[in-house]
Amino acid sequence: MATTTNTADTVVAEDGVRRRDFIEIAAVATAGVGGIFTLIPLVSQMAPSKDVLAESSTELDISSLEPGQSIKAMFRKQPVFVRNLTQAEIDAANAVDVGELRDAESLADRTIEGHENILVVMGVCTHLGCVPLGAAQGEIKGEFGGYFCPCHGSHYDTAARIRKGPAPSNLEVPEYSITDGTLLIG
Amino acid sequence: MIRLVGILVGLGFTFVVLLAFGSGALTVMGQGYLVEETAEHAFHEEAHMPAGGYSFDGLMPSWDLAQLQRGYQVYKEVCSACHSLDYVAFRDLAELGYSEAEVKAEAASWVVPGINPDTGEASTRPGMPTDYFPSPYANDIAAAAANNNAIPPDLSLMTKAREHGTAYVYSLLTGYQAPAAALVEEFPDSVPGPGLHHNPYFANLNLAMAPPLTSDGQVTYADGTEASVEQMATDVAAFLTWTAEPSLVDRVRLGWIVMGFLLFATILAWLAKKQVWANAKRKD
Amino acid sequence: MSFPWAKQYEPTNPFMKYLDEKLPLPRFVYNAVGAGYPVPRNLSYMWNFGVLAGFCLVLQIVTGVVLAMHYAANDAIAFDSVEHIMRDVNWGWLMRYAHANGASFFFIVIYLHIFRGFYYSSYKAPREMIWLIGVVIFLLMMATAFMGYVLPWGQMSFWGAKVITGLFGAIPLVGESIQIWLLGGYAPDNAALNRFFSLHFLLPFVIAGVVILHIWALHLPGSSNPTGVEVKSESDTLPFHPYYTAKDGLGLAVFLILYAAFVFFMPNALGHPDNYIPANPLSTPALIVPEWYFYPFYAILRAFTFDFLLPAKLWGVLAMFAAILVWFFLPWLDKSPVRSGRYRPLFRKFFWILMLDMAALFYLGGAHAEEPYIMLSQIATAYYFLHFLVILPIISSIEKPEPLPFSITEAVLGPDEKKAQGDSAGTAA
Repeated sequence: MATTTNTADTVVAEDGVRRRDFIEIAAVATAGVGGIFTLIPLVSQMAPSKDVLAESSTELDISSLEPGQSIKAMFRKQPVFVRNLTQAEIDAANAVDVGELRDAESLADRTIEGHENILVVMGVCTHLGCVPLGAAQGEIKGEFGGYFCPCHGSHYDTAARIRKGPAPSNLEVPEYSITDGTLLIG
Repeated sequence: MIRLVGILVGLGFTFVVLLAFGSGALTVMGQGYLVEETAEHAFHEEAHMPAGGYSFDGLMPSWDLAQLQRGYQVYKEVCSACHSLDYVAFRDLAELGYSEAEVKAEAASWVVPGINPDTGEASTRPGMPTDYFPSPYANDIAAAAANNNAIPPDLSLMTKAREHGTAYVYSLLTGYQAPAAALVEEFPDSVPGPGLHHNPYFANLNLAMAPPLTSDGQVTYADGTEASVEQMATDVAAFLTWTAEPSLVDRVRLGWIVMGFLLFATILAWLAKKQVWANAKRKD
Repeated sequence: MSFPWAKQYEPTNPFMKYLDEKLPLPRFVYNAVGAGYPVPRNLSYMWNFGVLAGFCLVLQIVTGVVLAMHYAANDAIAFDSVEHIMRDVNWGWLMRYAHANGASFFFIVIYLHIFRGFYYSSYKAPREMIWLIGVVIFLLMMATAFMGYVLPWGQMSFWGAKVITGLFGAIPLVGESIQIWLLGGYAPDNAALNRFFSLHFLLPFVIAGVVILHIWALHLPGSSNPTGVEVKSESDTLPFHPYYTAKDGLGLAVFLILYAAFVFFMPNALGHPDNYIPANPLSTPALIVPEWYFYPFYAILRAFTFDFLLPAKLWGVLAMFAAILVWFFLPWLDKSPVRSGRYRPLFRKFFWILMLDMAALFYLGGAHAEEPYIMLSQIATAYYFLHFLVILPIISSIEKPEPLPFSITEAVLGPDEKKAQGDSAGTAA
């Protein structure tokens, strides 16, 4: 309340002022501390609940994924694109001078050793979150043969790196591992 | 005027309710007793805790993880044949002290409904930590058909859905017995018919569930504890307390912290109030 | 809107001065619950419950809005979504227990607030409007609480909805149509659950609005006090802040201890185990009762078991509503010029009988519908109506009140009339 400061002049208190002020300030401060602590549950209740956190990994069978084929899957309620790159696509990606890219990453940086042909990226445009085209058969792949986001015209190359348009960075590569033809994301 | 109408209305309601009282009193006097004695009144027994009590009971609760694991084993090997555990997921078992790998293995030991990825038809697959415990029956009709029309209730919340739930589960499981001679004599209608079983801890004394824990050693405990009927009932009641209220221990512990804080705040508020009001007295 | 000696809001900070010109909200708060509101100096702790009730309303709205972020009002998954809150949502169990027990504590506070009003005749002129608005708030609270209890969609939720809407079925001719309209079906189902959720979310804000009217009406005559003697001079009052903010702060702290004891140590003690069983239209629980705060009215409802001119069911419904509506007429039923029960010996005796009667009704409303509870509830119901409609009007005309103190100051400091008068003369001058 705006009137706390008026407390002192409601009465004539000569020598008791200090002690009284101390106790009142302590009481109000304690109430404030209590209030702040009650904010913890009120705020954190909006964070992902346990069941959501538990569903934070995705398993895919990629043993029959042929070069040039893609899978669209879901990871944390968002699309993820898994593509077995063709040799031509790999060559195209490696031909680019990494230093000239907006987000400098080589194809090797974006895949795991031994599986350089398997490109796993989130299907979420880094501009404003639309799903880019190019994963399914017959979709526009953009000027660089990778992915193209129709919302605001971001073009990604065969390694899903941003090459043209407003997006600030390459399509995100989630953490994943591959064992015996099984892809585990998350 | 309002008062006059009020008095009349008041007397009206009073008259009608006293008429009801009179007719009730006449009935009671006519029959000579207040409430007809029933078998439930005479032979129902109050649920009680096992002799040793529980670690989660009382003001300083904690979970006995070994006991919860044993109780889970009893649920898995005995209860789950008929009873579902809808609100519990395999991932929750981590709270019983199982490691991540053990939770995975435990989940995989259950068969859950799935979808054949090639045909889209309903099929089954091993469970994953994110799956919930599967129901033993496809639906209520199947459950009723398989159990003489008595649907086995879900057990996730059983200890909260009954008065003194933990004691109730324990008492019920260990309380099967032949009806007392006095009951047979006085209340022949309350003697269990075919497919029913006498249990003084069950509300109407006649329970469709056959005694589930019948012999010592029915379960072979992984931790080597001797699996007496008493022990199994104690353990599974503990497990079901956890399934019903997994936050119990955390809740009470947090409660003490909050209480401590509030007590401190109350003392300060009292001192502050005294200080402020001292001025009011001084003024005159 | 206040006493002439009320302190004036005088902002010193330039920003507060600017704000006071453009939007005098701080001034408004200062006059409402700050140093600008002079309050009788002799208020006891029974006057804490207004502020506590306001706290409870805020508590319920905050926890309720949080729960609504996770709850799903659909009969197929409502029960599951509550369990989701209890098990998976971060701090969900705390939010739900805080809300469920918060409702109970809101009613504890409100009942004490109302009983305080009975004893000190807070309903008498010039405060009739405060009282009438208060009864409206109580009715809104009952509706809100009832609909909230339906939302978890457990057994008690379902059967509570069925039984309470069944009350409207007692209305002659149109009753059944009204019941079906209320539920949007022949029995509680998804339609009923959804509208109850919608209204349960809306009504607390309506209550908040009516609470503002309640406080507005209070500030015209100012607070009543334990002597029932009106404020005469400045020495009779103290500024709300810091005196009553400090006193209410202490009351709030004690309240929170009791409340936290329930939330953390026995969160289900005030609920019913049956509500942890999902709603089942095929089986009624053995003992079907509402939440404890409805027990007195439920006992009155069940007390009427005899057809006399009208069917017993209709008598029960009429009596139950009349039991609350009678409170609206209190200012005109009790004509005694003396307010406080402290100076009314006869009234005081009957007041305590009423409290015993209420306690009996609280107990009987939760008991099994069998003898001797039915006969006892019939006697308790008879006294309830006799008290408000017959005894109160009669004693208010025949009673000889004890002498009143000259002023509040005198009541506080003892019967030193010279001093008290000198004091008041001094401040008047």
